[in-house]
Amino acid sequence: MRGVDVSETDVALRGLTKRFGEMVAVDNLDLDIPRGGFFALLGPSGCGKTTTLRMIGGFEEPTAGTIELAGKDITQQPPHKRDVNTVFQSYALFPHMTVAENVAFGLERKKVDKAERKTRVAEALELVELGALASRRPTQMSGGQQQRVALARALVNRPRALLLDEPLGALDLRLRKQLQLELSQIQRDVGITFIHVTHDQEEAMTMADTIAVMRDGRIDQLGSATELYDHPRTAFVANFLGNSNLIDADVVSSSGAFAEVDADGGARLRVPARALSPNSSAKIRIGVRPEKMKLEAANGTPQAGDSSALLGHIVDAAYIGLATQYVVRTDGGADLQVFVQNNSDANSGLNEGDRVVATWDPEHTFVVEREEPNAG
Amino acid sequence: MRTPLDRLRDGLLGVWSLGAVVFLFVPIFVIVLFSFNDNQGRFNFTWQGFTLRHWADPFGVEGLQQAFVTSLGLAALTTIIAVILGVCVALALVRHKWRGRGATGGLVFLPLATPEVVLGAALLGWFLTLGLIRGFVTLVIAHVMFTLGYVVITIRARLEGMDVHIEEAAMDLGANQWTTLRKITLPLLAPGIAAASLLCFAISIDDFVVSNFNAGQTVTFPLFVYGAARQGVPPQVNVLATAMLLFVVLLMFVNLGFQRRSARRQNREMETTPALGL
Repeated sequence: MRGVDVSETDVALRGLTKRFGEMVAVDNLDLDIPRGGFFALLGPSGCGKTTTLRMIGGFEEPTAGTIELAGKDITQQPPHKRDVNTVFQSYALFPHMTVAENVAFGLERKKVDKAERKTRVAEALELVELGALASRRPTQMSGGQQQRVALARALVNRPRALLLDEPLGALDLRLRKQLQLELSQIQRDVGITFIHVTHDQEEAMTMADTIAVMRDGRIDQLGSATELYDHPRTAFVANFLGNSNLIDADVVSSSGAFAEVDADGGARLRVPARALSPNSSAKIRIGVRPEKMKLEAANGTPQAGDSSALLGHIVDAAYIGLATQYVVRTDGGADLQVFVQNNSDANSGLNEGDRVVATWDPEHTFVVEREEPNAG
Repeated sequence: MRTPLDRLRDGLLGVWSLGAVVFLFVPIFVIVLFSFNDNQGRFNFTWQGFTLRHWADPFGVEGLQQAFVTSLGLAALTTIIAVILGVCVALALVRHKWRGRGATGGLVFLPLATPEVVLGAALLGWFLTLGLIRGFVTLVIAHVMFTLGYVVITIRARLEGMDVHIEEAAMDLGANQWTTLRKITLPLLAPGIAAASLLCFAISIDDFVVSNFNAGQTVTFPLFVYGAARQGVPPQVNVLATAMLLFVVLLMFVNLGFQRRSARRQNREMETTPALGL
């Protein structure tokens, strides 16, 4: 196709702000979306992700800030002049046209000649495996098929960027899983920048190269799925992507690869020094993913080894097939979630009320800022 | 288990239903029947024998043809103007935000709620004040005024049920506002526009009250019938009324046929195309 420079920016948002009356939907957003990748805007409803996408598409006018596409300022351009196409959540297919006519609509507007139009429509329908249904009406199709038509209708124009507004939101779970894989496959095949809006963290992690987690009109954290999951920088990200155990801690010393912290009423734990940002205060919160913890029956105090450890007792155990979910109340009063995989009988015999020690590799500890109790 | 009481109730229900149907259709039947009445003299109230002579000469009464043509023209022109205006008003009300939108939305329905006599008299006063000569033009103005609300209601309901994203998708795919209106919005509104047109035409063609105030020297079909009634309604009026009735019934069957055909086509396509499980 074209020589894709990975560092090239396709869509750049500069100080982008949108207010609806008093409500700030998007708050001074700066964002560079790299060329040719699968980019996800992830956040709960009302975080401003759809508004951001609609501003890129040209359907909402920014209150302030600029939008650049391929280096050109398009902030003032109407939607029909922008080289982006959208897949709407409701698909928004034209009900009075056949599938082929739907897909050909954009090419007709661009005055692509009839022969080429026909080839490209056929190609686009092949791409989404709907070649056989070209003469059908959208109303006679299932949700999954309609979704594919919407995708073909947008992709056939070979836009600079494809905007997807929760495109799988209306489908049932199985179909959604299947289309997630197909969508990322198609993105790799066509090499067009995909900007995908979703509230489903699993969907974002399955498909996207880069995820921007949005909250209250701002980006909380941006990175790959692994970065966001293993090194969340805010409590919000830590809890929005998967489960986290977060405990308040005070830094007591920092030297070498690990810093020592006091947590949970006196337990001395270690955290990787790189997880501490230089300007973070001594009062922090540390976090560990539930599946990174191990449980053992406690005999005496935890031995001072390489692992971090907290003592407590089991208050709840739920068997969910491939794992058992324990809730451990530590001696300091914190409730920890621990997922233990049922791949051996090593943990059998742990029951509610048992004294246990929860241990984990200090490398798996991440640090988030301690927020005021009333924040968020 | 059906008791005799049940059977009695069902029987009575049948009789009652039949009565209702007769009540509704006897007047229409009389109109049709008396278009074939071989009446002698001015009056057409008693059955005097069968004839086709009125059907052979439907415009054989002085002024009837003129009135009928005037009414058709008036209804057609009213429909065209009211539908174009009404579609614009509905689009503005549903798709755009502007000062006075709420007020306009309410005011459009006012002529529907106003008694026709009041409307007719008020319009007459207004035309006199403006010094407009009453005739075909004032009739068109009056008819557009009281049909506009029906168009706005019909089109607005259809627009509100339409996914805004469909029009956005058209613009997203490179269509400017005009192309979007022409290729997407209007075709999707077509059933609503058809319904509004029929409604407009029907209301305009049988309006008497407002027309009576504002017609001046112009005579519409209802005005003609009213005038003729004083000296005996000629059977030709029955002929034209029957013809209009037949025309409307024909339209209904055509519409029904279209609906049946498209439903059948959909079913057939659903059956012949293999289900893909998606």
